[in-house]
Amino acid sequence: MKLSASPLKPGQPVKIKDIIVNNAIYIVLFLLFITVVIIDPSFLSLKNAGFILSQSATRMIFACAIAGPIVLGGTDLSAGRLIGMAGLITASLLQSPDYTARVFPNLPRLPIWIPIILAMIICGLFSLIHGFLVAKQKVAPFIASLGMQLVVYGLMSVYFDAVSDSAPIGVLDPKFTGFAQNGFNIFGFRLQYIIIYAVIVITFIWFIWNKTKLGKNMFAIGGNIEAANVSGVNIVLNTLAIYVLAGLLYGFGGALEVARTGSATNALGQGYELDAIAACVVGGVSMRGGIGTIKGVITGVLLFQVISYGLVYIQVNPYLVYFIKGVIILIAVVIDTKKYIKKK
Amino acid sequence: MMQQESINKDTYLLEMNGICKSFPGVKALDEVSLRIRPYSVHALVGENGAGKSTLMKCLFGIYQEDAGEIILNGRKVNFSNPRQALDNGVSMVHQELNQVQDRSVMENIWLGRFPMKGIVVDSKKMYDDTKKIFEDLNINIDPKAIVGTLSVSQRQMVEIAKAVSCHAKIIVFDEPTSSLTEVEVRHLFRIINKLRDEGCGIIYISHKLEEIIEIADEITVLRDGKWVYTGRCENITIDQIITLIVGRELNNRFPPKKHKPSDEVILHVENLAGEYMPTVIDASFELRKGEILGVAGLMGSRRTETVETLFGIRKRKDGTINLEGRNVENKNARESKSNGFALLTEERRQTGIFPTLDITFNCIIANIDKYTNRFGILKEKKIAEDTKWVIDALSVKTPSEKTKIQYLSGGNQQKVIMGRWLLTEPTVMLLDEPTRGVDVGAKYDIYQLIIDCAEKGNAVIFISSEMPELLGISDRIMVMSNGRVAGIVDAKTTTQEELLRLASKYL
Repeated sequence: MKLSASPLKPGQPVKIKDIIVNNAIYIVLFLLFITVVIIDPSFLSLKNAGFILSQSATRMIFACAIAGPIVLGGTDLSAGRLIGMAGLITASLLQSPDYTARVFPNLPRLPIWIPIILAMIICGLFSLIHGFLVAKQKVAPFIASLGMQLVVYGLMSVYFDAVSDSAPIGVLDPKFTGFAQNGFNIFGFRLQYIIIYAVIVITFIWFIWNKTKLGKNMFAIGGNIEAANVSGVNIVLNTLAIYVLAGLLYGFGGALEVARTGSATNALGQGYELDAIAACVVGGVSMRGGIGTIKGVITGVLLFQVISYGLVYIQVNPYLVYFIKGVIILIAVVIDTKKYIKKK
Repeated sequence: MMQQESINKDTYLLEMNGICKSFPGVKALDEVSLRIRPYSVHALVGENGAGKSTLMKCLFGIYQEDAGEIILNGRKVNFSNPRQALDNGVSMVHQELNQVQDRSVMENIWLGRFPMKGIVVDSKKMYDDTKKIFEDLNINIDPKAIVGTLSVSQRQMVEIAKAVSCHAKIIVFDEPTSSLTEVEVRHLFRIINKLRDEGCGIIYISHKLEEIIEIADEITVLRDGKWVYTGRCENITIDQIITLIVGRELNNRFPPKKHKPSDEVILHVENLAGEYMPTVIDASFELRKGEILGVAGLMGSRRTETVETLFGIRKRKDGTINLEGRNVENKNARESKSNGFALLTEERRQTGIFPTLDITFNCIIANIDKYTNRFGILKEKKIAEDTKWVIDALSVKTPSEKTKIQYLSGGNQQKVIMGRWLLTEPTVMLLDEPTRGVDVGAKYDIYQLIIDCAEKGNAVIFISSEMPELLGISDRIMVMSNGRVAGIVDAKTTTQEELLRLASKYL
């Protein structure tokens, strides 16, 4: 990735300036981190590390999922709403059996995997439609996903309104919340199960990207769709597979998210896609397609999480945190663009 | 690589018989035949537009021929896409390499047919197979290197390896040496010879006749979409080939030259060089008032880069531009325009027309300031007048000025763009292939416009790949070769042979 990202030709000496420009984002983030630690050294603790990891677990899943469509040269604005839909479905089906005001009072206590699988299938189906629009109907991914976003939000809100009269769905089955929140304590470091699931998903996606035909084809389609086509790659099928894979992960991650937070409304998931896209971009996934690594995506998520948690920890005005995040994204995009600008 | 027993050196590996292909207004191929033997390199030559690439596109199924047959290994074939051709052992090393730049060499070679081990791509086998092919061909490239970091010649080697990996029996090289150094050319030739010795039939398309004499066994010459000659290379000289390539007579295809260049030099360009390669390396020339300076050169001679650098849409590294006695910078198109330059770009579809907008818009867009009053409001009446002038004066055939330009023919689109620049009242008109993709009738109109432009006292630089039209309307012809001016000759006394020789001066 380093090689391909460098605008240098082989044989040319590597200039300090280029090193700084290519790593500007990491330098900025490192400086911010140092600032946080200097202002409040207690930030450096295993407890905080555990918090940050638990908070980033679902974000990593979302970022890994959305990175696929981005590497294909597209994007997915419907991700956040699909995550929310998955959360609503699982929450409504997995309320605590002792709770009398359940949305489905007559529903027997379900094993937790049934609603999770159901949520994954539903999200997978919506992403299949999305992928079909992009791959077969050649709709611009931005517009296709914007439409899907509204469709999904509309449907989930109608469902929310119908089953719970727009009251938050809470008091979840302790087996379900425990599925995400339980864990072990290792020397003051809390390892929640949710972190383990994230690691499993990351490994799985890393495997797909690097070891399977689907992964190689994904990079080829994103890198040069014409070359892929001429080489006999089935563009439609591979695109569909990547989108469906993303959808399944939104479903799984959405279920984990609601198990982690303990309640759901139709606002769940709003804006999550933008966080995930931002993390990908900061991690070096090119919005032009064809470039990106899972390592970069995970680094992007972690850096964002460390910075936003750290800035709040030293009591920076939360509005200012938005500003800083925005600046970081802009720097990342400028650097990304610089690498591909064709000089005439 | 090859099944030795199935190959007889005397039968043809590939036969293309009586291929015809027409496009609206043009007969691109007229009964063209090409027969390739195994164990041989067959050169395919002809001027730009002679039909070489159309013929290859028919072979690869990018175009469907109107008539004729293609026989591969004694079996009639008709491919519908390049992939199918590749599956049948017909492969092409393109001049413009179509590769996934950000992925590795081996992934590019095996794309679309990765070796698998269960559900996992067998990277080790992919690496070993690539390595083996590279060793066979004496190519020293790491299979894991990222393609985008390789040199053009290395990327070309990767394409060749890909062809070999598909067990290609017919390999087409399209201008393979146009961006290679002498050492790289030697290496390429060793590889081509090796492929020939293994029984491949190689189609070698090039303008470089010295190379052809060296590498090829047989040669086929095309001219104006027709087959002209096929023979052994031992029996022919370069001069004979040149005569075969250009041998056509000039008839009344051009309007009379009414304009008279004066002695007054209005543009003086010295040592013009661009910043980012490939670009112009060194160009010096003078342009007189009322003169048409033709610019000749082969593909890759960087004529386009020269005028684009002059016009400021490519970065200039060196050189001076002196217009009517004062030095101008021409840092960008805006500045060049106000200095009195106009540029009709080569790629009309990409950088000329605004396809979905109407003729009026396409006429005035380069000159929008002239049609704006001091409050920033457009002067509709003046716009309508000038658009009408363009349509009438340039005889643009269109139902109305509201017609979207994409619905006009190529020739009429080109006239509108010419009109756009004439409305800016330029001193120096730069025309980059103004007649490309234009039918014969409209060509005459465009020649007339160029001559009219010179007659009014403007100076014109006229790039063309068609030698007859350069000779037909230019006063002098500047020949470019590999980014340099190879010579400036008088159009009245020069010959196509001389132009072709100059064009290969710095190759």
